[in-house]
Amino acid sequence: MIRVRNLRKRFGHKRVLSGLDFQVEKGELVALLGPNGSGKTTLLRILSSLSRPDGGEVLVGGYQLPQEADWVRERLGFVSHQPLLYGDLTAEENLWFYGRLYNVSDYRQRAANVLDMVGLQRCGADLVRTFSRGMVQRLALGRSLLHEPQILLFDEPHTGLDQDSVRMLNDVLLHMSEQGRIVVVTSHDLAQVANLASRFDVLSRGKIVASVKEEKIDLDRLLMFYREAVRLRGGERL
Amino acid sequence: MRNYLRTVITVVWKDIVGEARNKEILTSMLVFSLLVILIFNFALDLDVQAQESVTAGVIWVTFTFAGTLGVNRSMASEREGGCLDGLLLVPVDRSALYVGKALGNLLFLLVIEVIILPIYSVLFNVNMLVPGFLLVVLLGSIGYIAVGTLLAAMSVQARTRDILLPILLFPLTIPILIPAVKASIGYLEGYPGSWIMTWLNVIIVYDLIFTAIAVMLFEYVVEEWS
Repeated sequence: MIRVRNLRKRFGHKRVLSGLDFQVEKGELVALLGPNGSGKTTLLRILSSLSRPDGGEVLVGGYQLPQEADWVRERLGFVSHQPLLYGDLTAEENLWFYGRLYNVSDYRQRAANVLDMVGLQRCGADLVRTFSRGMVQRLALGRSLLHEPQILLFDEPHTGLDQDSVRMLNDVLLHMSEQGRIVVVTSHDLAQVANLASRFDVLSRGKIVASVKEEKIDLDRLLMFYREAVRLRGGERL
Repeated sequence: MRNYLRTVITVVWKDIVGEARNKEILTSMLVFSLLVILIFNFALDLDVQAQESVTAGVIWVTFTFAGTLGVNRSMASEREGGCLDGLLLVPVDRSALYVGKALGNLLFLLVIEVIILPIYSVLFNVNMLVPGFLLVVLLGSIGYIAVGTLLAAMSVQARTRDILLPILLFPLTIPILIPAVKASIGYLEGYPGSWIMTWLNVIIVYDLIFTAIAVMLFEYVVEEWS
């Protein structure tokens, strides 16, 4: 599980997270919603051990951050705004590279399976720099799943994907959640996550200001809930 | 230890495969090195004796600037596409990532040196196939790359990294460049062995101390602490 208590983070004079509390249980698929600059990416970077909090308690998979970062890293898959892939390596080579670093046994076979899972089985020998934005995003998804992590953090994963790719991504995320893994997805496009998540948390001005737990929520209802949460509690407009 | 070695080899493999495809680092280092020695060849219209006396200086100026280009470009490739974050998400010893990057950078510099030294020999009519001199080139390159890789990792996040790296790197590598030039002069001009050994020892001590410091500091340089 993920447990965050009173999390604080500043960049210079700007307070990005101000006493944030957040908890995700095993098997939950949580959509973290919020306007630009609300702190979604910062929260995910702290949970992934890429950034250090100024204060508060962060437990991921039972391990404390930043003290037990290596244990967390073994169990964590992260998709960020950037693909974290090398353009001059082929799709296969990128997965082999990360597979070896994650100490994945039979990493070549696992890479082939992952390419199949994300629908890139025919492009394994192609250089990543020749891929479209959507294909890069698919491969980034594959990279994050390579070592079969128990916790998945996805920062705006739907950006740049066509309809088929969105469906594929959502199918993979739902499958991961059904297997008992923790999945946290950030988005400011409510339509992409309405049918995906089982819980929706709204982040505004560095805090979770509202939360609703409901599977396959109606988009209009989610939109109304989100607008109200941001307007009333965050003091910001959609 | 096995995991450590696997990480090092994997990072070196990745750098070699990437470079074999785009040839960005080697091309820029080679073109720059050739330009430097050609300019010196035309500028220093010298007799044979004078050519021998400037050889060590010219060679180290060439390798120093080529090495700076190489480490800068190598670390910049980690920044593109957020690959540095990808490396930091992996549960491996950060020093293994450093050693892998440094070995890759050293390999690229050695390739350039193997190409440039014979060309220099022909242009300046100086015999450079002196084993002692080649040892100095190897040891000097190790120290320079050890510090260069660390500082490139530090400066790569900055917008002014192209200027910042030389500003940080050159003062810190003066303690190895001076003995490298002195020892090179010693071997090329046939100075006494004891005189050469003094400078060679300084290079070896620099290599050991600064490589150890770089291995220890790399984690603090690449991870976000603020």
